[in-house]
Amino acid sequence: MIRIVDYGVGNIQAFLTLFKRLGVDAQRATCAEALADATRLILPGVGHFDHAMQRLNDSGMRERLEALVLEDKVPVVGVCVGMQMLASGSEEGQLPGLNWIPGHVRAFANHPQAKALPMPHMGWNTLNVRERSTLFAHAAEEAPQFYFLHSYYFDAQHQEDVAATAHYGFDFDAVVSRGHIHGVQCHPEKSHHWGAQLLKNFAEC
Amino acid sequence: MLRPRIIPCLLIHQGGLVKTQLFKDPKYVGDPINAVKIFNEKEADELMVLDIDATVRGVEPNFDLIAKLAAECRMPLCYGGGVTTAAQAARIIALGVEKVAVSAAAITHPALITEMARAVGSQSVVAVMDVRKKSGLFSKGYQVCTHNAQKVHKLDPVEFSRQLQDAGAGEIVINSVDRDGTMQGYDIELAASVKAAVTVPVTVLGGAGAQEHLEDLIKRLGVVGAAAGSLFVFKGKYRAVLINYPTPAQKTQLCYSALQN
Repeated sequence: MIRIVDYGVGNIQAFLTLFKRLGVDAQRATCAEALADATRLILPGVGHFDHAMQRLNDSGMRERLEALVLEDKVPVVGVCVGMQMLASGSEEGQLPGLNWIPGHVRAFANHPQAKALPMPHMGWNTLNVRERSTLFAHAAEEAPQFYFLHSYYFDAQHQEDVAATAHYGFDFDAVVSRGHIHGVQCHPEKSHHWGAQLLKNFAEC
Repeated sequence: MLRPRIIPCLLIHQGGLVKTQLFKDPKYVGDPINAVKIFNEKEADELMVLDIDATVRGVEPNFDLIAKLAAECRMPLCYGGGVTTAAQAARIIALGVEKVAVSAAAITHPALITEMARAVGSQSVVAVMDVRKKSGLFSKGYQVCTHNAQKVHKLDPVEFSRQLQDAGAGEIVINSVDRDGTMQGYDIELAASVKAAVTVPVTVLGGAGAQEHLEDLIKRLGVVGAAAGSLFVFKGKYRAVLINYPTPAQKTQLCYSALQN
């Protein structure tokens, strides 16, 4: 089943509601033991980068999570700050990230083409899907719309890890995929049929 | 490209969904959960739900109702009404709500916004400013009010919006008391003056009665939140209750054509 990593940060309920509607078996996991039956993992996250990392580090789940993802190759998707946690670190904080996908999280406020724009980047934006990666294996439309709410963005080290970009002053890396590890900056759990399709693709990959 | 947000705003009064005029005369328009279901089907950009009783009656937010709304809502949800502490905001976020709005409590307790931002992150903190034109024969300009416009504060909306942003608000909602329920169009001058003063996203509420009003706002302010109550719950000049919302194609067309002008 899909296990949603509940370390006290992020909108777990929205994922549970959506998967229930899709008829996909999904439950939250609040301890390492509960992760044992995971065939898919979702790592949500909102708020401050260090706060999220600290909560995950203190959750007692990190070690098991890393074993599942890095050794057992269980597919995982990080969402919003959960995506940012896949990087090596963030300009928002000091704590190291999970470092599962090479990259660093940067502030829009430090980017010359974005710093004059309203912050946070809030609302519906179009994803420019670069290639048919796993998360977009079945998509109804070429230019899906997703809801974003963030001030920091994932800057992938390798272009081949970038599955989709979105434009806010410049094209930033909105979705990254490296093998079975995925990250989406936007909120598929709140992005109507586009988001439901993405999560369905993830559940079936 | 980022698109302007078209946001239905639902008011809760005595457990039901209502629409006011000039912040008065709440008219019952239906069941809140049912309305959320309809806006799910219509794929609304986001929803704003404001409990207009909680602050006036001095009671806590209705967490049971919020939980039900959040569980049903498939789009981003902003809740406001009766929130006075950061702990309440955190509890609401944990129920599955994206953003928590405050207005009255941000005035009586200026540190609240900062405390909320620390607890749930600025991106989830919305400051709602209820604004009305100053009354009196020789008065000019606007003033901020609270408690369903029963209390007036000596605050200039432009200056106050800057303070709210500096305190940690991630979004400012400008709610025009004078336009509420009139369906005569937004107070675009007011909205423009606030938007020019802040760098956080701005959402405008009060006065929209037709799609042209949304277009007028977007033409003038660009990428902005265009919120409305009456427009999305009434149909026709007799204000028959009918929940409605543009189709995705209509919405995209409306937003992009307005931005190009």
